[in-house]
Amino acid sequence: MPVVTQVVRAGKAVAWYVRELMGDTAYQRYLARFAVEHHDHEPLSEREFWRQRIDNQPMDSRCC
Amino acid sequence: MSTTTPGPLAAIKARYTDLENNYIIRNKQGIPVGIAPHQKWTPWRIVLWVCIALLGAVGWLMLAVIRGEQVNTLWFVVAAVCSYAIAYRFYALFIQRKIMRPDALRATPAERVNNGQDFDPTDRRVLYGHHFAAIAGAGPLVGPVLSAQMGYLPGTIWIIVGVCLAGAVQDMLVLFFSMRRGGRSLGQMAIDEIGKVGGTVAMIGVFIMLMIVLAVLALICVNAMTGSPWSVWSIGLTIPIALLMGLYLRYIRPGKVSEISIIGFVLLILAIISGNWISHSGIANALSLSGVQLSWAVVLYGFFAAVLPVWLLLTPRDYLSTFMKVGTIVILAIGIVAVRPIAQTAAVSTFAHNTAGPVFAGALFPFLFITIACGALSGMHATVASGTTPKMIQKEGQARMIGYGGMLMESFVAIMALAAAVSLNVGTYFAMNTSTATIMTLATKAANDGVQIDQSTGAVYTPGQTVPSGTTTVPVTTDMVKQWTTTIAAGTLASATPAEKSAADDAKAASAAVAVTQLGVVDAKGDRPKVTWDQPESGGATITVYDKAALEQIASDVGEQSIVSRTGGAPTLAVAMANILHRIFGGRAMMSFWYHFAVMFEALFILSAVDAVTRVTRFQLSDAIGNLVPKFKQPSWRIGAWACTAVVVACWGSLLLMGVTDPRGGIQTLYPLFGIANQLIAAIALMIVTVMVTRKGYHKWIWIPIVPLVWDVSTTFTASVQKIFSSDPALGYWKQWSNARAAVTAAAGDPSQLAIANATVRNTFIQGSLSILFLAMSLTVLICAIIRVVNTIKNKDTFTSEDPPVESKLFAPVQFLPSALEKKVEAEFEQVGDPALLAGHVSLKDHEPAAAK
Repeated sequence: MPVVTQVVRAGKAVAWYVRELMGDTAYQRYLARFAVEHHDHEPLSEREFWRQRIDNQPMDSRCC
Repeated sequence: MSTTTPGPLAAIKARYTDLENNYIIRNKQGIPVGIAPHQKWTPWRIVLWVCIALLGAVGWLMLAVIRGEQVNTLWFVVAAVCSYAIAYRFYALFIQRKIMRPDALRATPAERVNNGQDFDPTDRRVLYGHHFAAIAGAGPLVGPVLSAQMGYLPGTIWIIVGVCLAGAVQDMLVLFFSMRRGGRSLGQMAIDEIGKVGGTVAMIGVFIMLMIVLAVLALICVNAMTGSPWSVWSIGLTIPIALLMGLYLRYIRPGKVSEISIIGFVLLILAIISGNWISHSGIANALSLSGVQLSWAVVLYGFFAAVLPVWLLLTPRDYLSTFMKVGTIVILAIGIVAVRPIAQTAAVSTFAHNTAGPVFAGALFPFLFITIACGALSGMHATVASGTTPKMIQKEGQARMIGYGGMLMESFVAIMALAAAVSLNVGTYFAMNTSTATIMTLATKAANDGVQIDQSTGAVYTPGQTVPSGTTTVPVTTDMVKQWTTTIAAGTLASATPAEKSAADDAKAASAAVAVTQLGVVDAKGDRPKVTWDQPESGGATITVYDKAALEQIASDVGEQSIVSRTGGAPTLAVAMANILHRIFGGRAMMSFWYHFAVMFEALFILSAVDAVTRVTRFQLSDAIGNLVPKFKQPSWRIGAWACTAVVVACWGSLLLMGVTDPRGGIQTLYPLFGIANQLIAAIALMIVTVMVTRKGYHKWIWIPIVPLVWDVSTTFTASVQKIFSSDPALGYWKQWSNARAAVTAAAGDPSQLAIANATVRNTFIQGSLSILFLAMSLTVLICAIIRVVNTIKNKDTFTSEDPPVESKLFAPVQFLPSALEKKVEAEFEQVGDPALLAGHVSLKDHEPAAAK
């Protein structure tokens, strides 16, 4: 059923784009990165990570 | 895509042909970092581009040369898309080769710093979305709507030609140069390149210009909500919805951004739907607010949004706004392509040549070019292109796709907004966009012109028009106009009763139907403007209603009390969109929903721009004061933060209140100042770019930024000079000022006239002074920039403020869709790339069944 496969694939691509654009994957990426960097402390919890991320977010200028 | 499944390195490398191996650029460690340009012209490719060029030529021919009575707005889209494709493929590439010369071996700031926070190498397609969401807002929707008073052709040409040669060039070059300088801001680059004096003047100028930009944006939003309980309700609800989203993300499910955005979006739709009940309920009258009340609400909102923690209001509202942006474009595009509305305006109207236009004063040159800013050329983009985007870009070669391509998408939005606006009946368009004061002037003209009306239906008969038998008409008289004026004035008082408000709406519709016949323009068929609207009859047939009845029918169809004098462009676009979209989604019953959906997203875009810019400028102000009083630099010092926020809000808030109480209509008087301010920021950005190109030694290609710079400077300076010195009372602020001073003396005995005259004296004084200030500041920056360019050429100074190059270790495709070779190299890079650059890089492949573990 190639049509179904293609529809599923397109749906997954859209879901991927939305999640990346909105930033859902930030914590996953942080963990993956943390794993290769060999820190001497535990990674932040998901809650703490998001708290720090939003609080330190640089404010971007928006246009009209 | 299964061919790119990661396998052993040797197998991946074996897939390259010898030729492909030659194209791959590798750094000193042998890691692939880019692909050398190697595209050859094949016969198919040539055929494709010839077809695109021919199709575009047909589009232009249909709307500019043949332009009969029936110009389909689909041709706007065809001409635009083909022109964009050609500009992107040829002109942007040309600029890339001559000026930017991206180097695959050179690491971008995102790769170099890679701190997982602001410097974060981001997938190009995702960054494109971020960048677009940051540059596009209400601007590309509003400017084209206002420009429609000159006909459809001038706006279309400026939007398409302007973006290709000016706007997209500015965005791309600012992005690229800022990226080469570690993501430095426009203000810092101004000081680095033009020098301390010019740079400081530029920074102060940009600050003041931003205040007028915010004031006009807020004014558009206030005008869309004035006297509309439904809009006040649904837009007001965006605040609790955002707060709820903020709390959800903080305390309930952190990081589930898409999830809460979808919930927020659904709540937003419910807010729009429930507005219908509210507008028919007992609290409707309490929510029918005046412009002044709403202005204070927006000012207070702006203050709190800027001092509250970002997670509570700003960040969640930004998520909603991003969501709505994508939705809006998709819906607009579907609407225009599926309905293919016919343009109702003439190609070029008389308002292109005179200064009598009721929407904004001034002839085509220069005022068209400052009315349409976003969509063609917008200075504010330079602040975004030197903000977060240059810190997140993976490869230098992606600047064309993100900078130039992002701006093309915004231009596309502007073209669709223009297409929607010109598909609206010309009479309706002007009834909505003419201020009450101008409507009364035009109605007085109608009294002298011998226009007749049927007082029971409000039907208007211009001289020469046959009055059907059995219809009793009376001539429009100046007494009638006076009566309308008094009734409308009584209805706008905060203390007005529902009966008085409804009488005012009645008078507005009656006077506007008369007034539009006196504008002195014709529509696409060559007729005088006349308000017309299709009204459904029982049994599925539609009959066409005219004049006052039509204006009342439109208001009732879109769920408003009145649609007359709803200036600012947002309500006009909303009516136009409702008129298009109800034909494919939901029929007439859905019209009011689509209207309020359109008003809602415009308000959402405006409010997120207002509070984000308030916050950014507040920090700039704190920093500037901090140089004198160091305590202001501490972000934790609340009193300092609040004081600076209050100053910023007071700056734009006072301009907003001035606009909303302007006796001659705030949009008409303030919009030119807004356009001039925005386009002067563009001039400053282009001056900085020109200096950087010169200092790089590319004297031969200096014309690339100079062409848009010269055009922008000549339009903005001409507009400023006309606004300051013109003796035409429709145009010159100081002429208006001296006229108003004379009116003060003349109106000594009449308190209401005196109040109007005094307000006009004050407003024109402020507007005139700001015009002078803007012109003086831009001139200073221009002179400093010219001196720097001349000295650079004379001294053969090739100083560059670019960061020293660092070798890149990162590979990423540079276009939206990766080429076959790029896919192969991506697979190799996943094997050999730096884990810190790859880590957590969730690629599209990971979500595909083939790669599922």
